[in-house]
Amino acid sequence: MSGLPLHGVRVIDLTMVWAGPLAASMLADMGAEVIKVESRRRQDAVRYLIYPKGEPGEDPWNRSGYFQRFNRNKYGITLDLTTRRGVEIFKQLVLTSDVVMENFTPRVMENFGLDYPVLRSIRPDIVMISMPAFGRSGPYRDYLGFGNSVEAMSGLSSMMGYEDGPPILGGVTFGDPVAGVHAAFAILAALHYRERTGKGQHIEIAQRECFTRFIGEAIMDYTMNGRVGRRMGNRHQYRAPHGCYPCKGEDEWVVIDAGSDEEWDKLCEVMGKPALAQDKRFFDSLSRWKNQDELNKIISEWTRQHDHYEVMRLLQGAGVPAGAVLTNKELLEDEHLKKRHFFHDINHPGAGVFPQVGPPVKLSCTPGSIRMHGPRLGEHNQLILSGLLGVSGDELDALVKEGIIGTEPLVAQQHFA
Amino acid sequence: MSGALSDLRVLDLTRHISGPYCTKLLAEFGAEVIKVETPGAGDPSRRIGPFVGDLPHPEKSGLFLYLNTGKKSITLDLRCESGKKLLKELARDVDVVVENFEAGILEGLGLGYEALSQINPSLVMTSISSFGQTGPYKEYKGTDIVEMAMGGLMYITGSPKREPLKYAGSQSQYVGGAYGATGTMLACMYRDSTGIGQHVDVSVMEAVISSLSDSMITYQYEGKIRMRLGGLNWAVHPSHIMPCKDGYILVSILTQGRWGDFCQFMNRPDLGEDPRFQTGIGRVSHAKEIDAAVEPWVMQWNREELFQAAQAWRLPFSLVLTTEDLLKDPQLIERKYFERIEHPVAGTFDYPGRPFQMSETPYKVSRAPFLGEHNIEIYCGRLGLSREDLVRLRTNAVI
Repeated sequence: MSGLPLHGVRVIDLTMVWAGPLAASMLADMGAEVIKVESRRRQDAVRYLIYPKGEPGEDPWNRSGYFQRFNRNKYGITLDLTTRRGVEIFKQLVLTSDVVMENFTPRVMENFGLDYPVLRSIRPDIVMISMPAFGRSGPYRDYLGFGNSVEAMSGLSSMMGYEDGPPILGGVTFGDPVAGVHAAFAILAALHYRERTGKGQHIEIAQRECFTRFIGEAIMDYTMNGRVGRRMGNRHQYRAPHGCYPCKGEDEWVVIDAGSDEEWDKLCEVMGKPALAQDKRFFDSLSRWKNQDELNKIISEWTRQHDHYEVMRLLQGAGVPAGAVLTNKELLEDEHLKKRHFFHDINHPGAGVFPQVGPPVKLSCTPGSIRMHGPRLGEHNQLILSGLLGVSGDELDALVKEGIIGTEPLVAQQHFA
Repeated sequence: MSGALSDLRVLDLTRHISGPYCTKLLAEFGAEVIKVETPGAGDPSRRIGPFVGDLPHPEKSGLFLYLNTGKKSITLDLRCESGKKLLKELARDVDVVVENFEAGILEGLGLGYEALSQINPSLVMTSISSFGQTGPYKEYKGTDIVEMAMGGLMYITGSPKREPLKYAGSQSQYVGGAYGATGTMLACMYRDSTGIGQHVDVSVMEAVISSLSDSMITYQYEGKIRMRLGGLNWAVHPSHIMPCKDGYILVSILTQGRWGDFCQFMNRPDLGEDPRFQTGIGRVSHAKEIDAAVEPWVMQWNREELFQAAQAWRLPFSLVLTTEDLLKDPQLIERKYFERIEHPVAGTFDYPGRPFQMSETPYKVSRAPFLGEHNIEIYCGRLGLSREDLVRLRTNAVI
């Protein structure tokens, strides 16, 4: 992968589920040699989520589509870090690595005897990142938190919901990818600094703190004006029309955001209702905001006659921001994304070829690609332990026998099932 | 102590949210960010609320103040010849250019990647746009709600009985900016080792899709369309927000073992043993029965008491905090998360703080710049123009 930005960077990835694995996969997409470390005792829980055509097969832990999404381009080994030999081998691996990533609760790495001071004594310029939910200090240090907790505790959930309804969680735990992308950025910043100074460091990303930044302007409204962020549904605090409108097909929707006078005039024109632009209920932006319920009814009458792509094309053709509300199926079939080669095929071990999201940003010289499928459990034990660390064949057999490494889980832990 | 990125000089042509969030991150970790604003008006977010005391003023927009901490501001009209010439001179001497105009705008001005990379071959240029620099939608107009709809996040959010629901705030724009910062650093790493610059194309729509998980994968692997679930989880139950005595709380049982613990905590061992509720899928398909038992029990609690009691049982319940609650949150206070920043015109306020902490290099945050505050420093100090030249440029509305 000599042509990629992170050629020669070796990353040990102890992270599980989504945020951490996403960060590591972004590095792997760009050429880093990422070694994912699991154990026969504890596999990434998402190894048991979403199988090809819904069939778990005999080795479900190797068949998860979810695991593939966030672990492609990585090598995979198993190593039992509750054993002395497992920890010794891990330390050897640290000696030859640049980055160690973990997203356990704070005490886990300490219990393994593998916290930052230990890693630094082995490899002084190591970059380590920890990704606790609430941070490695403070009264909530050891509290349990996952993606949905991060969303609730960040302040976002209190503002999420229909204007007349209770707070609800979003369609995904959005705090996960947000922390993941920032983690990748943080690691790159630390590597850039190390390049210049030779110094490593420990990064701590408290996922809730990171996500709270995404409601920055609402926090400013509170600290500046004492106004508490509230639920507004699809309304905009300052602009109208701004909403989601029904289209012809079943559960088919389009969004329209026509805040300026010019966009409003164009919207009326496209709807074939030029007189509406002169209607004094909607004549200026403040009137449109105040009368938005009425306005939304009128717009809905029009959108109902068309399909969502059609409304989008008509309005965008006239310079009005509008977008079809796309399903997962429609995304995969979308002509724009196809032209941009956004989805890449991944040859899924033992299951066939499936489309996956490609590298999330496009670098003109080094676009990156999906070079390897996500590893089967312990798939690269021999390659990494013998090939990289020089563990002998005999010892490898002994490690298998003692259960310190292996390719099958001790218990298939269907965490989320 | 120097910042992790203190050797990077960034020319920032961004406005609104996505681009400024990207360059805010770079500035927070030490990069020198020179923000180029339109003479007179500046970044349009200076005209967008919230404003201090609800009084619109270009130096009092909370949105602008928050997103532009630690940057320098110069003014420059990119449409006139003198402005283009000055921009090219600035681009000669920087490591990174970040812009978030609609695709094609800078090319139209003769200031696209092709032109700037000729002047500075090792330049990293990051373009953040709603739909990317290529493809049939590249000239479409995108705003946060449009990007979220087309990024697949909106269809799956909200109630199945109602219209799809947008996430609060500007989540698409922010996440697009975060992907932009990461892409910028990837290109900088490549430049560090090869000397070769490149163009980073960030589509906010794609940044949103890249932030989906199960909803996308479910179609790719199982051919199933993921519907809206009204805030419920697709794989486990309960994992949703419930009302309690004095507000709302997130009741979250993600794993099998925790379900048993939870039933003990509720003093309902019968539920823990009920064969219908033994797997996540089983609980999802009997969500109504579970809610009928759990919700009245939750209603007897105050949120803080239930949060603390559940965490003592190692159950990952969470508070649903408002913006007001956040400022009083003991965890955030003890960890000194909020940054009190003084601004001579706007006043002194608490801002959301660091995205992460680095042990060796500082996180640095200082107030957002006044419009054109650094014109003299940059044009005279860096480009060697005289004060008289500045007056000429100002007279001709170039700066």
